[in-house]
Amino acid sequence: MPETFKVELDTPIYKGSVSCNTGLFINGKFVDAVEGGTIDVINPSTGKLLTKVAAATSKDVDIAVEAAKKAYKTSWGLKVSGAQRGELLMKLATLLEANIDEFAALECLNVGKPWSESKGFDMKLTLQTLKYYAGWADKVHGKTIETNEQKLAYTRHEPYGVVGQIVPWNYPLTMVSWKIGPALATGNVVVLKPSEITPLTALKLAGLVQEAGFPPGVVNIIPGYGATAGAAMSLHPDIRKIAFTGSTLTGRKIQEASAKSNLKVVTLELGGKSPNIIFNDADLEQAVKWTAIGIFSNSGQVCTAGSRIFVQEGIYDAFIKAFSEAAAGVNTKTGDPFAEGTIHGPVVSQTQFDRVMGYIDAAKAEGATTFIGGERHSLTEGFFVKPTIFTDCTPDMKIVQEEVFGPVAAVVKFKTEDEVIEMANDSNYGLACAVFTENVSRAIRVSNALEAGMAWVNCNVTTEYNVPFGGYKQSGYGRELGAYAIDTYTQVKAVHINVGLRI
Amino acid sequence: MPAIFSHRFDTPLYTGNVYVQTGLFINGAFVDASSRTTIDIFNPSTGKVITQVSEGTAKDIDLAVAAARNAFNTTWGLKVPGSARGQLLYKLATLMEESLEELAAIEALDNGTAFGVVKGWVVPFSIGLIKYYAGWADKISGQVIETDEGRLTYTRHEPIGVVGQIIPWNAPLLMFAMKIAPALAAGNTVVIKPSELTPLSALRVCSLVQEAGFPPGVLNVVVGYGNTVGSALSSHMNIDKISFTGSTLTGRKIMEAASKSNLKNITLELGGKSPNIIFNDADVDQAVSWACHGIFFAQGQICFAGSRIYVQSGIYDEFLAKFTIRSKAHKIGDPFGVDSYQGPQISSTQTERVMGYIKSGVDQGAKVHLGGQRHGDQDGNFITPTIFTDTRPDMKIVQEEIFGPVSVVIKFEDQEDVIQQANDTIYGLAAAVFTQDISQAFEVGHALKAGTVWVNCYNEVHAAVPFGGFKQSGIGREYGSYALEHYVNVKAMHINIKHKMG
Repeated sequence: MPETFKVELDTPIYKGSVSCNTGLFINGKFVDAVEGGTIDVINPSTGKLLTKVAAATSKDVDIAVEAAKKAYKTSWGLKVSGAQRGELLMKLATLLEANIDEFAALECLNVGKPWSESKGFDMKLTLQTLKYYAGWADKVHGKTIETNEQKLAYTRHEPYGVVGQIVPWNYPLTMVSWKIGPALATGNVVVLKPSEITPLTALKLAGLVQEAGFPPGVVNIIPGYGATAGAAMSLHPDIRKIAFTGSTLTGRKIQEASAKSNLKVVTLELGGKSPNIIFNDADLEQAVKWTAIGIFSNSGQVCTAGSRIFVQEGIYDAFIKAFSEAAAGVNTKTGDPFAEGTIHGPVVSQTQFDRVMGYIDAAKAEGATTFIGGERHSLTEGFFVKPTIFTDCTPDMKIVQEEVFGPVAAVVKFKTEDEVIEMANDSNYGLACAVFTENVSRAIRVSNALEAGMAWVNCNVTTEYNVPFGGYKQSGYGRELGAYAIDTYTQVKAVHINVGLRI
Repeated sequence: MPAIFSHRFDTPLYTGNVYVQTGLFINGAFVDASSRTTIDIFNPSTGKVITQVSEGTAKDIDLAVAAARNAFNTTWGLKVPGSARGQLLYKLATLMEESLEELAAIEALDNGTAFGVVKGWVVPFSIGLIKYYAGWADKISGQVIETDEGRLTYTRHEPIGVVGQIIPWNAPLLMFAMKIAPALAAGNTVVIKPSELTPLSALRVCSLVQEAGFPPGVLNVVVGYGNTVGSALSSHMNIDKISFTGSTLTGRKIMEAASKSNLKNITLELGGKSPNIIFNDADVDQAVSWACHGIFFAQGQICFAGSRIYVQSGIYDEFLAKFTIRSKAHKIGDPFGVDSYQGPQISSTQTERVMGYIKSGVDQGAKVHLGGQRHGDQDGNFITPTIFTDTRPDMKIVQEEIFGPVSVVIKFEDQEDVIQQANDTIYGLAAAVFTQDISQAFEVGHALKAGTVWVNCYNEVHAAVPFGGFKQSGIGREYGSYALEHYVNVKAMHINIKHKMG
């Protein structure tokens, strides 16, 4: 029988217990992993062990898929009405809302993100997303299409069946909601693997799935490693569709596995190196604030992070001064998630810390100027990196080309609009972009010209649950959020009914 | 201060106390009518007065519209995100769910439909409608339309503004939910007039609207007569749209008033004389069950009632015999009686109307195959399920909407002929086809000029499927995403980013 992780917190911001089950949630119950393995879950603010959770391997994936298949044939899919599916999702959202502070605290413990982000952003967006998709469940429409009067032609937008979902560690619970919301609303059953680094809020949500009354097997949550559980899912012959959010590297493996197994439909939300472009006529004060949010939120561990900052030469000096002051400000508010005023937390793990420091060292070696930061924070416990700005960057540098996934900004000066558009598009990625200008024509022209799935004008990384989210190029394909996710989780059947044509 | 109507139910099917505010609900509060007059509300089962409610007049409409306009400009409309509007609607639905039985009892008392039907279907369906539209509130989108790269062209689907709504007495709570939900979801504010015959369930819901936390003025309920309050709504210069369900006769007046005032946007859901066509190859037992449901449900007081039943000659005798047995078996009685299926007609006026049609059928030479009389107390409102045969197409009972438990059964030979007969009406609300032949089902279904066509079923309505009439049965659609189209104004935005004028 899997154990319950529980800890008592007594902090300025949160007082009370925080708990979750540590087993795999399969077929409506928490169970041990078949092969008995476990994963150490670390608190990135301290570097210390929080708890162990069960580690799913391919055997557990098989059991989960079987349970999901059975549920799809009997108690989910189109066997229940959209309104019923919507009610259960709404019930889940209501239960989550009633326990939201505890979830926020658990996320802070596991990810290290400040309370203001966890409660103020992650939890809020999670609730909005679940409620939003609850409302879609009975609104999935096909079309009737006029051909001729001897035919009734229409489409059905049917669920796939068993879908596999793999989510990352940067916004653990929020990512779960982006995945299960549309998948369940449209009638799919789900086998979801949270990141082995941050499984706790997903496991706690599994407890609410139980409490809400979802039929067993509809939602299965199985933490595990990518190389074992993740690979098993991407190769599984009975998983009809897989949705992955994570690194481009792993995204390639998933697409390859699909090609080698059953050609399961793949949607990928991968990395980014999003350009953040500030024109001379930008509102400087606002541009600085948004730029800082774009690269230092969540310690830069955001796929849409505006990590390549292009500043037009006329405003460059004023911008860089103000931006580095902003970075310094963020630095002073670094610390424990539960301390008052913390806005900058650690990166999520030792591995990530080493990676980010590696990029910082490479930038220095390649000749970029460390304008501010560029080192570990003085807090020696935990994985804290100072908000960092590199200037005098050139396009070929690693920190300009590759995704760092940390609080590291690469600043490039530019002269003209055409030049910056070309530089901004010179990337294998195409997830997001941001444009700062007070000129409406320029704003629309430039955002039209940038090769990215999302464009922000005079703002940055303000994700809305009902506006589609996804990338161009090697940032992925398929869309999450908004009505577009409904298309992502349905397959189209065209039906042609002969009305009286005899041959 | 307006009174609270309190009533103790002590019936085989429901016991409990209910409390209903009797004032007008304007700007978030229950208030007396400006005229200080009241309307008597009758129990259709007994003809006795249940209570009085405040009588609104044009002056109260002015107050309500002012409150609604203010709310639209400050606390509703696009001033709040769709998700907030949706959440309030969902909260209202949840509160209604918690009071389900009570609402059903109030409705059965006021309207006369059997309590079992109201509790088992009408109230849950009404709650489902509100939940359905709660989910739409943050999903209203326009289009971005490719023209050329020198422009950004897109549409906004904006709420229209202050919406007037007028609903009938045949399914009061359902009508109320059906009207307010899409209007509010899309961001409009509402002034709604329930029927002066059946305002109680709407007034009870107003208390829940208060409890749910809707900003004052978003939803206003003014009970009053058609020729005062109804007229004030349809000719009001500060109401941007009117939505009406009721008789075709009144629908014309509303359209006229709209055209003479501010050309307000109108949707109308009016009468019907819906054909129910049963072919030789139909499953006869099923056809009988559905046909009964189609004409006798809710005492035949349904706009889409299948009142003209066309039966192909090969199964005519079998159908008629079974339909008669089935109809005779309906238990008629008090809505709170244990086995009651059919309750009273809504009022003595309506009862006399229906009896008048029955008399006209007899006078014009049709045969009363079953029923044709009052049931029980000859001064009461109960009418026996009635079947006419041997009719001619020009008879009043074949042409005009009776709105009672009166069916005409007509024999036909071939498909083309019955389609022509079925379509030979000013109405076009609904129609049904019973056949096992797939091609016949679609050919006939597609040929019928009606806004809803049922194949091998009847009376099936669903929150997500549009409903409305062709021809003189109405304009516009309710239910589904289609209802939302009638509660938004489309604004096209053309943003020039490149083109210069010479």
